[in-house]
Amino acid sequence: MERRGIRAGGLGGGRSREATTAGRAGRFPGGRWPAWLLLAGCLAAQPVPAAAQTGDDAFRALVGEFAGANFRQKEAIAERLIATGHGGVRDVLTALLEDRLFERGDDHQVFVVESNDERLTAYQLLDPATLARVEAAAPEQLERIITNNRLRRFLRTAIARFDASGPDPRVRLEAVRELLRRLDDANLDVLRGRAAVETDPDVAYEIETALSIEALDDADPQTRLDAVERLSGRLNPVVHNRLSALVATTDDGGYAEPEEAVRAAAVDALWQIDSRRNVYSVIETVAFGLSLGSVLVLVAIGLAITFGVMGVINMAHGELMMLGAYTTYVVQMWMPDHIGVSLLVAVPAAFAVAGSAGVLIERTVIRFLYGRPLETLLATFGVSLVLQQLVRSVFSANNRAVITPAWMSGTLRFNEAFSLTYNRVYIVLFALVVFALVLAVLRYTRLGLDIRAVSQNRAMARAMGVRTERVDAMTFGLGAGIAGVAGVALTQLTNVGPNLGQSYIVDSFMVVVFGGVGNLWGTLIGGMSLGIVNKLLEPFAGAVLGKILVLVALILFIQRHPRGLFPQTGRAAENT
Amino acid sequence: MKLRHACLVAVVTAALTGCGGAGGDSAPGAAGDPIKVGVLHSLSGTMAISETTLKDTILMMVEAQNAQGGLLGRPVEAVVVDPASDWPLFAERARELLESEQVDVVFGCWTSVSRKSVLPVFEENNGLLFYPVQYEGEESSKNVIYTGAAPNQQAIPAVDYLMNEVGIERWVLEGTDYVYPRTTNRILEAYLKQQGVADDDIDINYTPFGHSDWQTRVSAIRRFGSAGKPTAVVSTINGDANVPFYLELANQEVSADDIPVVAFSVGEEELSGLDTTPLVGHLAAWNYFQSVDSPANAEFIARWTEFVDNADRTSNDPMEAHYIGFNLWAQAVEKAGTTDVDAVLAALPGTETPNLTGGIARVLPNHHITKPVYIGEVQANGQFDVVWQTDDTVPGDAWSDYLPVSQITEADWVELNCGNFNTETQVCSGQNYE
Repeated sequence: MERRGIRAGGLGGGRSREATTAGRAGRFPGGRWPAWLLLAGCLAAQPVPAAAQTGDDAFRALVGEFAGANFRQKEAIAERLIATGHGGVRDVLTALLEDRLFERGDDHQVFVVESNDERLTAYQLLDPATLARVEAAAPEQLERIITNNRLRRFLRTAIARFDASGPDPRVRLEAVRELLRRLDDANLDVLRGRAAVETDPDVAYEIETALSIEALDDADPQTRLDAVERLSGRLNPVVHNRLSALVATTDDGGYAEPEEAVRAAAVDALWQIDSRRNVYSVIETVAFGLSLGSVLVLVAIGLAITFGVMGVINMAHGELMMLGAYTTYVVQMWMPDHIGVSLLVAVPAAFAVAGSAGVLIERTVIRFLYGRPLETLLATFGVSLVLQQLVRSVFSANNRAVITPAWMSGTLRFNEAFSLTYNRVYIVLFALVVFALVLAVLRYTRLGLDIRAVSQNRAMARAMGVRTERVDAMTFGLGAGIAGVAGVALTQLTNVGPNLGQSYIVDSFMVVVFGGVGNLWGTLIGGMSLGIVNKLLEPFAGAVLGKILVLVALILFIQRHPRGLFPQTGRAAENT
Repeated sequence: MKLRHACLVAVVTAALTGCGGAGGDSAPGAAGDPIKVGVLHSLSGTMAISETTLKDTILMMVEAQNAQGGLLGRPVEAVVVDPASDWPLFAERARELLESEQVDVVFGCWTSVSRKSVLPVFEENNGLLFYPVQYEGEESSKNVIYTGAAPNQQAIPAVDYLMNEVGIERWVLEGTDYVYPRTTNRILEAYLKQQGVADDDIDINYTPFGHSDWQTRVSAIRRFGSAGKPTAVVSTINGDANVPFYLELANQEVSADDIPVVAFSVGEEELSGLDTTPLVGHLAAWNYFQSVDSPANAEFIARWTEFVDNADRTSNDPMEAHYIGFNLWAQAVEKAGTTDVDAVLAALPGTETPNLTGGIARVLPNHHITKPVYIGEVQANGQFDVVWQTDDTVPGDAWSDYLPVSQITEADWVELNCGNFNTETQVCSGQNYE
């Protein structure tokens, strides 16, 4: 299942039956249903030969009622399912939450399907009561039992109550956090039950948070004081809200918390929380900046070679990135069953496609225009329009969907106040790897030596037997190829459409000019610092004004330092 | 049934009046002369994705009208031009349609800036424009019929739904930085405050066109939403910036059942071809959804997929607006017995035609129409599941009741013959008065 694991996150696909619901049956209202409906459900459910039990039949009948029910009815059915205490409840509810519960068209029976991957030609049906494989059916014969937000919220809480006592500590942790968000009596009961037997320290910590929050309403001031002190510095937003509520004044001028000492402790605890939050928010801003910076570096490295080393103003740079992005899309189309590795395959493919396009552009257009920057600018701008129209004709003007592999979605969570999304983490790493590779190519390979020789002194290089024309083509191809590789990364961040390149062309020129033309390290430092400055400004100035401020600052900087952060020195620089 | 009846009336009227009155700008010719319908939608450039569909809708309507024997016994002919998503070019192409092609009516424009750009051309040439897209309101021109939603037919009901049905108490108004989001958010802010929402519970923010780095904003929304009160995002984010926004929400694990996002410009067409997984559960407010189950809608979708010869093509809200607009215009022409703009404009207010989703669209004196409002949740298949709808159709309000300036302004082209009548000073001022 290579779909984004957003809703599946944390709920786990586990088929654990350890969670039993016996003894909780009385809590849920049920039985508001007309008898004929139940009867109809019973008739529709055919018993599965091997594992037919009376309990299972009733359960199947109840699951069968999901067919044709509206959202409120579905919630009532779910409540009644939970009340049965049947072992399959959690799996059925999880299937409903994950869109894996289907109604068969010809007999209106309801089944769990093993995988609802859209590319499958047949879905494997599972018996809802036993999860035994029944048969397969074509997706056209099945109708999905749909959910809405309210129902999903209900299901999430219901499943979390099961999962809170599951075998996997990570699943338990997610479940307890879920319950912590809605601390009603039922959830507190579950948590209290777990408190005594929980062995995992992280889960126990969260349960303690929940029970301490409950203790804030205790009649005994000492208990309340202890609870506040336990909660001091805890980053869960529920804690902050409850403590803030304690010290807030009520309508009649008093405080929600009558005891002075408890209030003082709460103020202290809040201060602790706020100062920790502030530290993490600075770390977060810097992390966002590095992430934006790495995107800027990625889109600018290719340009640093074509513009920085060769001096070609390549307006089609963005479209070369677009080619890389579309290559990713095509690669995914070719290997729909291996989305996870498709991105890794797309990297060399995009390099090859964009690189060959680059060599072609150099051979057919740019080589006639060396030393005429204005004409180069216009010609490459023309090329960019041609490329855009080309993808419009081939792929249509609509954006294309590039699927995010499961390993790139979700968040890397440090604590309640600070987490990073995986796609950004990978892109930072990817940018650094690409940067290191380009540096290595320029420094340690024959091609790199030639490139440096030609860019420093073309006439001398030619005199030494370097085939400068070929080197020009290869250099441009290298720059274009890297642009294509950047395009692969962009598919994970933005739309893959004909306009993809335009939105990044200005940024990439900005980075190269700021970092210093002809200096790769300048591109790295320039990109990263522009990213961080942008992100530092955004919370105060807003995205629009922030961008303007950065541009103005950049113009002023270029006025003072026309050659950028790391100007080239030496004789070669003076010639240009 | 109703349409045929109207036709009959029109034919009788035309017979009685001896077909007089045809003339004015349109060339008065023999009965066989075609009635010209201008189509002013971008077929290239950034807006082509959305607007091409609308061009095809009008072509389909024209074809259907001709199959019924045309209009006033004359064939209907579509004149298509391409303003290429270039706002000044919209004005040029509009002039071309009105002056050299001498079209009788124009269906066109998508963005507000393109409408603002053609407005003077239509007023100068006394043309007739049907504008099919939801917009920010605060406008009523003599020469424009607004078949899309005004803010009180989309934004305000959406906020009402979130406030009353979902129990939202904290609001993020997130928009792209241009006229439609800014005006809509100004109206919404005034409305929310009037409903007793505190300043601290409203967060308004704008990002540039095509914004793709949403980390900071989504993180801020997450923090804003963790204050213990139910929070929702009202999104007027435009076009391409939407996908990275929803993607970032999903990546930061902000789920639709914690902080729902209700969008005013994300429809079926925008969702087609997208991986909708990160959007599931988020909301959109429109006056039409493809998924609404009604016989008229089923027939329309069948006609549409046959016309474009693609069973997977979606239908959407602005398409319905054009469907309604074309029917209203055709009826008004039958009623007036001529395509002369002044006569058609006089006939339009009060004209009625059924919506695709039920209810009746009626042209109001302020040149807006009555529309039902639906809130839909995005489903994994790119369709919307209607979770709420207004009991009845809502009349479009040109000038918002929630802004101090426009509260006292009224548009009425029947009694007052004015698009912005100041009820305090009793003066008609500003644009397009006569």
